[in-house]
Amino acid sequence: MKNKPKKVLLLGSGGLKIGQAGEFDYSGSQAIKALQEEGVKVILMNPNIATVQTDEKFADGVYFLPLTDYFATEIIKKERPDAILLSFGGQTALNLGLALERQGVLKKYNVKVLGTPVSTIRDTEDRDLFIKRLSEIEVKTARSYAATTVVQAKKAARSLGYPVMVRSAFSLGGEGSGKINSEKELVEKLETVLQTVPQVLVEEYLLGWKEVEYEVVRDQFDNCITVCNMENIDPMGVHTGESMVVAPSQTLSNEEYHHLREVAIKTIRHLGIVGECNIQYALNPKNGDYRVIEVNARLSRSSALASKATGYPLAFVAAKLALGYALTDIKNAVTGTTTACFEPALDYIVLKMPRWDVAKFQGAPAGIGSEMKSVGEVMAIGRSFEEVFQKAIRMTAIGAHGFTANPPGNFSIKNYTKELKNPTTRRVFALAEALRRGASVSSIHKATGITSWFLEKMQNIIVVEKEVKNAKTLTAPLLRRAKQAGFSDIQIALLRGSSEDAVRATRKKAGVVPVVKQIDTLAGEFPSDTNYLYLTYHGVENDIQRGKQSVAVLGSGPYCIGSSVEFDWSSVQAVKALARAGKETIIINYNPETVSTDYDMSDRLYFEELSLERVLDIVDFEKPEGVIVSMGGQIPNNLALPLKKHGVPILGTDPDNIHRAESRHLFSDLLDTLGIEQPQWAELTTVSRAVEKASAMGYPVLVRPSYVLSGAAMNIALHEGQLIKFLERASVVSSEHPVVISKFIENVREIEIDGVAQRGNLNIYAISEHVENAGTHSGDATIVLPPQHTYLETVRRAKNITRAVIKELNITGPFNIQFLAKDNQLQVIELNIRASRSFPFVSKVTGHNFIDIATRLMLGEKIPERYQTVDLPYVAVKSPQFSYNRIKGVDPLGYVEMASTGEVACFGDTYDEALLKSMMAVGFRLPKKGIFVSIGRDDNKIKLLPELKQLHKLGLPIHATPGTAEFLKEHGVKSQIVHKLQSGRHPNVSDLFSKRAVDLIINIPTRAYSRSGATTKQMKDGYTVRRRAVDLGIPLITNLQLAEAFLAALFRLGKDELHVKRWDEYLDRI
Amino acid sequence: MKLFLKDGTQFDGTPFGHSGATSGEVVFNTGMVGYVESLTDPSYEGQILVMTYPLVGNYGVPHTRFFESKKIHVKGLIVSEYSEAYSHKDALHSLGEWLKKEGIPALSGVDTRMLTKKLREHGTMLGAIATERPRGKWYDPDLENQVALVSPSEVVKTGSGALTIVVVDCGSKENIVRLVSRPDVTVVRVPWDYDFTDIPYDGVLISNGPGDPTFCTATIAHLKKAFRLKKPMLGICLGVQLMVLAAGAKTYKLKYGHRSHNQPCIDVSSGTRCYITSQNHSFAIDENTLSKEWKVWFKNANDGTVEGIAHASLPYKAVQFHPEASPGPTDTQWIIDQFVDDVRVHAKTGSKKKNV
Ligand SMILES: Nc1ncnc2c1ncn2[C@@H]1O[C@H](COP(=O)(O)OP(=O)(O)O)[C@@H](O)[C@H]1O
Ligand SMILES: Nc1ncnc2c1ncn2[C@@H]1O[C@H](COP(=O)(O)OP(=O)(O)O)[C@@H](O)[C@H]1O
Ligand SMILES: [Mg+2]
Ligand SMILES: [Mg+2]
Repeated sequence: MKNKPKKVLLLGSGGLKIGQAGEFDYSGSQAIKALQEEGVKVILMNPNIATVQTDEKFADGVYFLPLTDYFATEIIKKERPDAILLSFGGQTALNLGLALERQGVLKKYNVKVLGTPVSTIRDTEDRDLFIKRLSEIEVKTARSYAATTVVQAKKAARSLGYPVMVRSAFSLGGEGSGKINSEKELVEKLETVLQTVPQVLVEEYLLGWKEVEYEVVRDQFDNCITVCNMENIDPMGVHTGESMVVAPSQTLSNEEYHHLREVAIKTIRHLGIVGECNIQYALNPKNGDYRVIEVNARLSRSSALASKATGYPLAFVAAKLALGYALTDIKNAVTGTTTACFEPALDYIVLKMPRWDVAKFQGAPAGIGSEMKSVGEVMAIGRSFEEVFQKAIRMTAIGAHGFTANPPGNFSIKNYTKELKNPTTRRVFALAEALRRGASVSSIHKATGITSWFLEKMQNIIVVEKEVKNAKTLTAPLLRRAKQAGFSDIQIALLRGSSEDAVRATRKKAGVVPVVKQIDTLAGEFPSDTNYLYLTYHGVENDIQRGKQSVAVLGSGPYCIGSSVEFDWSSVQAVKALARAGKETIIINYNPETVSTDYDMSDRLYFEELSLERVLDIVDFEKPEGVIVSMGGQIPNNLALPLKKHGVPILGTDPDNIHRAESRHLFSDLLDTLGIEQPQWAELTTVSRAVEKASAMGYPVLVRPSYVLSGAAMNIALHEGQLIKFLERASVVSSEHPVVISKFIENVREIEIDGVAQRGNLNIYAISEHVENAGTHSGDATIVLPPQHTYLETVRRAKNITRAVIKELNITGPFNIQFLAKDNQLQVIELNIRASRSFPFVSKVTGHNFIDIATRLMLGEKIPERYQTVDLPYVAVKSPQFSYNRIKGVDPLGYVEMASTGEVACFGDTYDEALLKSMMAVGFRLPKKGIFVSIGRDDNKIKLLPELKQLHKLGLPIHATPGTAEFLKEHGVKSQIVHKLQSGRHPNVSDLFSKRAVDLIINIPTRAYSRSGATTKQMKDGYTVRRRAVDLGIPLITNLQLAEAFLAALFRLGKDELHVKRWDEYLDRI
Repeated sequence: MKLFLKDGTQFDGTPFGHSGATSGEVVFNTGMVGYVESLTDPSYEGQILVMTYPLVGNYGVPHTRFFESKKIHVKGLIVSEYSEAYSHKDALHSLGEWLKKEGIPALSGVDTRMLTKKLREHGTMLGAIATERPRGKWYDPDLENQVALVSPSEVVKTGSGALTIVVVDCGSKENIVRLVSRPDVTVVRVPWDYDFTDIPYDGVLISNGPGDPTFCTATIAHLKKAFRLKKPMLGICLGVQLMVLAAGAKTYKLKYGHRSHNQPCIDVSSGTRCYITSQNHSFAIDENTLSKEWKVWFKNANDGTVEGIAHASLPYKAVQFHPEASPGPTDTQWIIDQFVDDVRVHAKTGSKKKNV
């Protein structure tokens, strides 16, 4: 290859957020592999420390820095790469790349954009240009008008006729878009949207059209292929990220399939894309007419899905094409013999289902539409629709057993007719309810716009359900029929009044067992050695033989709040360590956004459910030496005990001891026995007893269910009424496990230890402290390593407590323990005997791979102890990434229940530097226009006084609410009064926003832990400020300690003190 | 009902077409759409078709005008899952109803992946759909001239253009005829053994068709005559094989054929330009037997087999794949356009070029 670049800068995607999640770890990792194979040096810029792509020995250099033009320019100056890749880090990387180009940075430093040219990216991002370019080749797009004012928009809508679609350019995940039914709605919508974007498009609304996507690959020699097509089960209007999607399409005829394919290729050639892209269509089922909805000129969530759905490594191939290769130069990595210039033939069906977490947010609407809200997704593989559909529902891990035969409660939808018309996150269960109640397929089709074929298949499931329920005996053919329709053993047990174990036993005796099939990209036409596997009941022969000396790692399942890329990172590290130890490795996971589900990560990838039933099926077949449950977070952790009970060898800590830590009351008992301090607690038996206990310890009290992470259903009750309400909610979330209440301790700091042990002896640990006081969930907290404000004595005590606890539980492998700290006094709040969210962080900051060590210890290796993790010559800070902008109407206040969707971390020579960079990496900016301060309580005002007094140093206008302004004045700080909305006086909060006068808001609410919805007028004002800040993208701090830290850092540091250093430059100093 | 293979293997299945028995050569196709087009493709005459895509029948069966010939040509159909329910604007009835009407047996519930792997490893095999393993001789399509079974018996003229294009119909797919039909073209569709060199024509297209090309001795003889006329000629699938035989080269049978919509073919002259093609053939061209006058035009990027040839100096071209698609990708439809253009140019300048 001539003119191959020597050094390439790869832009990552930053913290995971709604609309842009783990899929870019997959695409970036593959790009790095592809480039390094070619001897090209890769410099990676990505502050997302929990990713696999930022691992040591992966890229040639990693910068954990904010993805802003300033830092990117500095990196370019320093590294002088000769090329840059923009299409592997989602919309973030693409936008950053466009900015660098616009500012002339790329030209100035002679950095070539590899792959799709910038002009093409512009053509696809700017909707006006896009429509123009497509009309040049007579490709149809939705009729649309650009509008910059409400008046223009009204005119456009009138000429199109309602409903119309309103969309904004340069956004992702359909942000700001939506169906508008009337002029009144239009005016309301535009008032907010036009504040954030200069222009909107008013489009014809494609009601009842099918939504279809193609993944297209093109090289510079004009070879162009479509790797996968996908059909959304939900019609147009429900964002593809919110839709259930099947691949390949199921209801398109040959003519439709190939017509759209032809248009795709024509369009992509005309646009001149080099690499990978995605094209979305609306297809009119009544007459076959089509519209192109959009082209994403980069790797996307859909391309990650397509990659996993077909086995075609899209990102890897795209990177090679960006270097200038032809598709025909590249081999199909699955077969190893055939060419990559082909279109995969599937002999199975896959179904993707979104995972939402809106229930975590009070006041969040459950409706779904053209804006993306889901936080993750799952993919099921099988050989019938019914099979993949029920699998996928289980995989979302929301407690459902499948489409039907579910536990009582959440999954029966009383108001199903309404939910069919106005889809919500519970739409599948509304469909099930309707079918169970005998609604006809045609009436459901009318209400939902879902193609009848899918509904007929869903109805089949209900038919089989009835058969299973009514049959006299469960014959082998009936069992097989049920399994082929995707029923789990639990569902069958539920229908038969039997137990999961009993059904399993009957089934095995009758010979009704699944077979293992391989994904080979060519539907069996050529042999392939790649063990990319799934299980199905539609078959009689296994494609493979069982492996030898294998160890299985259970992956993380779907990304959701509290469980994301960090657990995939841990799973991948474990697999690597196992491979180094000479084991044959097995991964079980089903999240298409992950690196662990790349088929070249393990010897055998089972793209399968993480349910007891399915893991046992795989164990029955593979008979592994051991199974690792401590890497993938809470889903595998919860399987530990059941697997042990079924005789599965678990590596690491004994599941009985895991149980003693997970069960809140057993653990509290244990701490009491060991004489370790903890907040006052009581096990909940009855509501009245709980009320009695709570008033004895005094409010506030904390309600905590067991076996959860991310503080699911955890709540702070300020009084008795709240307590009763919360107890009800908690018992729904965790019905099998007891709930405890503890005294909620205010004004204490929180620290945690991540560590690894062997047979109860500590091997390595890292201690980190939270910036925010306890009460902010550890997943939402800003975390500092090494600790800056913790006494050595505290560290010593924490370590001693840790030693005692891990000895008692005889821990082997990873664990995480959390403390409340007041001066030197420590109280334990919880212990997780598994890798925690912060393992990648502590591993990358200390330079010791905790998971590698843990895995080796679990295998029995002897490793000398090492403790040099406290005294580091630099500081790292981890910050949470929130996605509140996607969850409309919700109050963006920190709480004991986790709300962030991702995280980043940055290094610094000082705490201040690391903190500022880290906060900038999640969207904070150094303020330049003005600051708005509003602090509710007097004690908080006083606490923040030292910082407030220095605010004038920044030389920026200060705006404050009347009380705060008064306080500032008393202490000699000048500020402009901003009146409350209700006062009728000006300037008020709204004026401030519309003038765009501030770029930092510090709003410390009076009732910090309150979550019961805004009731008083004052609270409403605060809510308005916070919500508007989020909607307008203005940096917002609501936590006192974080405000202190941020302001202090601002005063002390200048911009030129935000150093641009590679990760290895920090580590080398140890 | 069961599917029996010659090697002794058998598969249980649930019948969903005609209830009778059948036998033929068992072949698999990896296309994910296009069962209507495939079933009506005359090239499948004498064969039992296995669909590797597991869900079949989803969009029903449309009006005959969407077909590739008047009837179903496969002798039987094997799928993993048949969908009785269907939904599509063009659908008139279900796949099962259609198969029943046309008397074609079909089985669902078969582990088609296992079956495909078997066919891949052993090569194409004879098989039967029946309740019991057939005794005596198994039907073998290679022992009979399949083309004679599917080729029309009369000459049919369509269109009224000034240019005459002869389509030698050895079992042509309708879409070939649809695509050469233009306002300025008269299409004369002739039986496989008709001596088209007798009629004045401007170009000739040798169609696809079933079975072993060596049976078509009459066509081969006519092609030899046509080579002397130096008029544009395009061969498709069986057509390429017949042209090769007429040119004195040889064909051979592939282990399990190419039947799919994703066969990559490289344009040898460019070196890097690769097309995704639709294919359905058992026999292939033996490159070593081609004379110097013939150049390899396309090669299969996966197994290196010859996918297209072109004459070094005369307007004769032929491809092993299906530029008319239907089913499958339409990437190479330009080959048919180019042929029609060649015919036009040649008709205009023919007198001058005659002695080239
Ligand atoms: N004209 C339209 N009519 C109805 N729905 C539409 C229309 N345009 C887009 N949508 C819906 O909105 C979703 C998001 O639009 P899209 O352009 O794909 O934005 P994004 O960049 O967020 O993916 C689509 O997936 C589709 O369901
Ligand atoms: N007794 C307590 N007093 C004050 N804050 C607490 C107390 N217990 C827990 N918290 C806060 O709640 C958060 C979540 O609690 P934790 O038990 O760690 O739940 P999870 O298992 O979801 O991580 C902690 O990070 C801490 O900030
Ligand atoms: Mg989209
Ligand atoms: Mg915790």
